[in-house]
Amino acid sequence: MADCNDTLRELETFLDDELAVETRAAIQSHLGGCLDCLQAFDFHAELRMVISAKCKNDEMPPGLLSKIEMCFGEDFDGDGKIG
Amino acid sequence: MVPPMADQQEFAQEAMQFAPQLYSAAVRMTRSRTDAEDLVQETYLRAYRGYANFTEGTNLRAWLFRILTNTFINSYRAKQRRVQETDLDDVEDLYLYKRISGIDIASRSAEDTLFELFTDDEVKDALEALPESFRMPVLLADVEDFSYKEIAEMLDIPIGTVMSRLHRGRKAMQKALLDFATERGLLERTPEPDHQLTDG
Repeated sequence: MADCNDTLRELETFLDDELAVETRAAIQSHLGGCLDCLQAFDFHAELRMVISAKCKNDEMPPGLLSKIEMCFGEDFDGDGKIG
Repeated sequence: MVPPMADQQEFAQEAMQFAPQLYSAAVRMTRSRTDAEDLVQETYLRAYRGYANFTEGTNLRAWLFRILTNTFINSYRAKQRRVQETDLDDVEDLYLYKRISGIDIASRSAEDTLFELFTDDEVKDALEALPESFRMPVLLADVEDFSYKEIAEMLDIPIGTVMSRLHRGRKAMQKALLDFATERGLLERTPEPDHQLTDG
């Protein structure tokens, strides 16, 4: 049975989905009965989603897709010309 | 042997859908929109030429990110002004959580979520401020959702090193985020002590 220290130590590996099945089950079982740890895990799960969402929303420069088409020699945007 | 043209066309079409993801990641890596644009083009050029090395049915996205990462490490990093690779300050575990959850909800509006607490630019800046050896694993794990094993292969470092760099990089990023929030006055510099009720 995992205690709070065991659980918090595995917080990152748990959220990274890299724990062995048994360890994951032990952590999950602890979280089921410990509001403090659950809050810490929820906070970091939410933070992870915020970081992910906000770091991958850059708008591509308008000409980039055309330049890639030129690498491929294909007309993907259907404008009748390559690039 | 030259691969059949139809396959190569199909491959190119498939690969195009990842351009926005690759571009955002390239901006985080190079910290420059111009370099990112060049890096993405170079990545697609290499992918197209190396198409024969791609195994049908395997993860195309991971394969493209691997080319992106390699191209960045081998070409663009060398081209960019050499930055002194600084080590990170030691930051305590659960750094941000301890400070944000310790602050009374009253000082945050009811609908305040972490999503609204930090601007897009603050989160990007916090990631880009990390030294490259920490920035790359955090980008590949937290933004792009690759596994330890995939990241270890892309960066050519042991899995244990991936884990320790993630751990330290994430804490440093949290500290940067807290600093931004404090600078904007969203969070008190030090939590105010509770007002003592006085009678009379």
